[in-house]
Amino acid sequence: MTATATRAEGREARAPFFQTFLSRHGGMMPTFAAIAILLVLFAGAEAFLRGDFITPRNISALLLDNAYLMVLAVGMTFVILTAGIDLSVGSVMAFTGILGAKLLADGLPVAIVVPAILLGGAAIGLMIGILVQYFNVQPFIASLAGLFLGRGLAYVVSLSSIRVEEPAILWLQSTRLRLGDWYITPTGIIALGAVAIAAFVLHFTRFGRTIYAIGGSEQSARLMGLKVARTKVAAYVISGLCAGVAGLVLTAYSGAGYPRNGIGTELDAIAAVVIGGTLLTGGRGYVLGSMVGVFVYGTIKTIISFMGAEQSWMQIIVGALLLLFIVVQRAIVARSEGRR
Amino acid sequence: MRTMWRHRLFWPSAALVTLIVVNTIARPNFIKLTLRDGDLYGALIDILRNSAPLMLVALGMTIVIATRGIDLSVGAIMAVSGAVALTIIDGSDDPGNIGTVLVAVVAAVLVSLVLGAWNGFLVSVLGIQPIIATLVLMLAGRGVALLITGGFITTVNSQPFSYIATGYLFVLPFAFFISVAAIAAVALVERRTALGVLTESVGINPEASRLAGVRSRSIIWGAYMVSGTLAGIAGIIYASNIRAADANAAGVFIELYAILAVVLGGTSLMGGKFSIAGTVIGVLIIQTLESTILFLGVPSAQSPVFFAIVVVVVVVVQSPRLRRALTRLSASRSGGGGEPPTADNPKQKAEVGR
Amino acid sequence: MRTAPGPRPDNGAVDLARPLLEVTAATVRFGADAALDRVDFRLFPGEVHSLMGENGAGKSTLIKAITGALPLDEGEVRLEGRRVGFATPHEAQQAGISTVYQEIDLLPNLSVAENICLGREPRRGGVVSYRLMQNRAREVLADLGVDIDPASTLGGHPLAIQQLVALARAISADVKVLVLDEPTSSLDLDEVAELFRIIRELRSRGVAILFVSHFLDQVYEICDRVTVLRDGELVGEYLTRELLRIDLVQKMLGRGATELRTRDRAETERPDSPVVLAARGITGDHGIADADVDLGEGEVLGIAGLLGSGRTSLARALTGVERLESGVIRIEGRESRLDSPRRAMSLGVVYSSEDRRRDGIVADLSVLDNITLALQTEQGVFHRIPDARRRELAASWVAALDIRPPELDRPAGTLSGGNQQKVLLARLLALAPRVLVLDEPTRGIDVGAKVEIQNLVGELAENGMSVVFISAELEEVLRVGDRVAVVRDGRIVATVPAWSLTADSLLALVAQPDEDEE
Repeated sequence: MTATATRAEGREARAPFFQTFLSRHGGMMPTFAAIAILLVLFAGAEAFLRGDFITPRNISALLLDNAYLMVLAVGMTFVILTAGIDLSVGSVMAFTGILGAKLLADGLPVAIVVPAILLGGAAIGLMIGILVQYFNVQPFIASLAGLFLGRGLAYVVSLSSIRVEEPAILWLQSTRLRLGDWYITPTGIIALGAVAIAAFVLHFTRFGRTIYAIGGSEQSARLMGLKVARTKVAAYVISGLCAGVAGLVLTAYSGAGYPRNGIGTELDAIAAVVIGGTLLTGGRGYVLGSMVGVFVYGTIKTIISFMGAEQSWMQIIVGALLLLFIVVQRAIVARSEGRR
Repeated sequence: MRTMWRHRLFWPSAALVTLIVVNTIARPNFIKLTLRDGDLYGALIDILRNSAPLMLVALGMTIVIATRGIDLSVGAIMAVSGAVALTIIDGSDDPGNIGTVLVAVVAAVLVSLVLGAWNGFLVSVLGIQPIIATLVLMLAGRGVALLITGGFITTVNSQPFSYIATGYLFVLPFAFFISVAAIAAVALVERRTALGVLTESVGINPEASRLAGVRSRSIIWGAYMVSGTLAGIAGIIYASNIRAADANAAGVFIELYAILAVVLGGTSLMGGKFSIAGTVIGVLIIQTLESTILFLGVPSAQSPVFFAIVVVVVVVVQSPRLRRALTRLSASRSGGGGEPPTADNPKQKAEVGR
Repeated sequence: MRTAPGPRPDNGAVDLARPLLEVTAATVRFGADAALDRVDFRLFPGEVHSLMGENGAGKSTLIKAITGALPLDEGEVRLEGRRVGFATPHEAQQAGISTVYQEIDLLPNLSVAENICLGREPRRGGVVSYRLMQNRAREVLADLGVDIDPASTLGGHPLAIQQLVALARAISADVKVLVLDEPTSSLDLDEVAELFRIIRELRSRGVAILFVSHFLDQVYEICDRVTVLRDGELVGEYLTRELLRIDLVQKMLGRGATELRTRDRAETERPDSPVVLAARGITGDHGIADADVDLGEGEVLGIAGLLGSGRTSLARALTGVERLESGVIRIEGRESRLDSPRRAMSLGVVYSSEDRRRDGIVADLSVLDNITLALQTEQGVFHRIPDARRRELAASWVAALDIRPPELDRPAGTLSGGNQQKVLLARLLALAPRVLVLDEPTRGIDVGAKVEIQNLVGELAENGMSVVFISAELEEVLRVGDRVAVVRDGRIVATVPAWSLTADSLLALVAQPDEDEE
């Protein structure tokens, strides 16, 4: 049989780099768009606020203030990649946060409390995953049940906020590792670490590729012999686990657990993920993009507070951005469907 | 088949009756009604009055769900509606003037109608998935409401406005009459015109409906407009009750309770045949459950836990998997494809593209 | 690339002693109907074998049974002499039976290499190695002579290339039996030639290939043997070079005697009836190209053609169901734009879909609602037809068409196929249309109901309605039609009066026998 490999290689070398790049990584375009938006925001804010915006302190604060959202967005990315959605993460975050605070206040050691709240988050995620996969419940209904559960349980733990005195937890937020004027806290490291681990899992393990496969076509993935059922459940467990981590981070950040935390935060997480370039229809997107999406969100929030405008603009702008991305995504999908 | 229809309302009604009976046994005062100054009071009356906002939202949600859609923005629309009404009343010279209140209410409802139309546009014209399309307003709507009130919780002291939620007409709460009017209006329009059948047709089989000449786009668009309008009226009632426009608290979670009410009432989330009566019973069940939980001394903030359990039980009971397990006798073969394959059911095969 | 070990036969000669895949007395039942009834099937290594049959013949059921998508109720499947029973398609794949589906069941969002390797991708300590994966993919693709970048996203490639990737995946593991399900329906001539080159290459390596297609030309070009199914039963197994095209089609369509009132030919010759619908150059979204149709008042135009010939596309293009790429339609002389079913209905042109279950009947709605649906939409949302009138109307149609059971409130989905078709007909007839286009109205219906519908068509025509009657059953078309249009490979090849045809000559037109028969 004649090897046409040489012919193929030759042709590849001749093809312009850009075309090859597009054909291999076309799915990155939305993420590049997100990065572009972020840079535009930076540039615009810098110009508007006369050079006061892009300072090491402000950028470091960006990560610090939004670490919890970044962790949530990581978990949400897994779920959305499978063409699902998880509306429970804000409530689960509040539940695990206040649960942690309560357990600490009751005198339990950190070594028990932290795993306990992570387990709590994962358990709720597991419930949602089982409902979705084995009972064919639509993801948003199943995660609504999770939202109810999380919110209610948070109030069961405590009707009011509980302060955290435990130094190990407070250390997560108060320590600053400095590099000149830049700094990062352990919570920031947790957030970035979550992104890094997730990126590795999604791109270099069969589990991660199965997540993308499910989003591409669940039926095809099944026909290919991929373990669709357990992977889908796992995606929701991961989301719940991340909500648990976010609860830890947020509690460290504010020094207290508060059952009213996170109302509506799941929407912010979804918005960050979508803005970061992950398609809600599943199968396309990058967790690094979700990280960019969180930075976009955080930057808008910072700009708004710098400008002294009302916080309500925050929700409107994020909503408008989300809409823009959704419409563009829809247009692209419609065009590629028409092409075929 | 008639028996099936009766069957559909049977379980929800039985559940409601059971709830009432259990409550009465636990606290005989539950069904006690007292007449004071020509107005009726009692736990049952509270339920009828307090259920009004949820009733309206659930009615709208029923129609939307029937078209195979969902409306997650109803809470946010409630917030906007309250904000509009209160801002007008607050900004007027005489907040107690009935005319002012009327203008405010009409304006708020019109705004809600427009928001509903916006949702409908995204879904029926741009073809965006309903969850996602209405998510946008769910996110941004409260921000808009906050803007309208200038970031504050606007409060008013307006007798005509407060009357809406707390006043009485004849012996019953005015809010109850709003509920009844809404139920009657929706039921009349859906069943006396052809709208009901056409909506069901679109929800059951959009393609067959298209071939039969049904105008799906208008029907779907209209459904979201109805949902938005009803949410707007619900927002008025809510704002009237607390005499304020609280953009963050208005209608929080109400979309979830509304969906639950629809599902309890027997309408399928997959769209198609819907039941107004079922939704009404579903709302009453939820309200009675809420009352029961409060009576048990559970702080209302914790009540979502109970509802989570209810949601899980309902969807599991309605799930095809359970149905299959229960009817294991018949040779389960998907003739011609259709049922989503489950991972570990050996009889259920993956669709092979034919 | 690994291939199954096996004899390398000479061109055309197949070792008939040892089948690679053997199906014996396969029976599959859906309720009371037998989709497959004691079917035998044999596949030998190093052959390209075609499975032929019309709608409802049992082709797809047999394929599902072979590839593990459906269990057999009776009978057995043997692979290389050993009895097998696959619970999932994946198990069948691992045993060496790979399928390339008509709808490419791959992942458009992942790369070509991943699509080829996923599920058995090369890993180093649990970590996916992209380099190894791309190397493997490059190998397989080169083997097939396909020149694409393995790292590129699958979705960016045209359908023909995606199909070759699916093929690459299928052969990248130990493949003994390769099932190709309608592989050429979206390919142009060059792409088909390329595919055939690959198929021949695979055949020479001893792979057994099951080629399922409705394109007779292609079947004759590439296949060594043919198995024909009809109505769930085996008709026979033949060498393609010994089977005339016309015989093949006849075996597929069958000849059955049915009692039917034949229309008197002389009576139905109406040379001067006004033309109700005139279509020129009809090219639809997919299937039909450049077709001309003239329909007179009170005329029944039969359309004969095999599945996939473009006959449905023609019908849908004429009735506003499918978009018209080009062409002109005149209704009673006036040029009309039929851009939606609703629009067509308002002009009196109605369509009865060939898949009545999917886009005909609204299953959960009652018989009453189904019958009055189109009429109601015509009236508009706010002018609801009074209940009494609706029931009266529906009841009269139920009686006229003998719909059973005659319960108006029964969900239409619970009726049998024949009665569902009648409900659909009632819905359309309630509109008193000018032109009634029926796409395979008697498919899957018992003989009695078939006859009723055929008679009904005759009656309607006698009363002035123009009817287009599409069917794969040639006898039916001849019986019912005044004129017959033959559709083949996306074109109308002939339009002739019915009396000038016999079943044989019509068969010949449909099958296109040529001198160069292979």
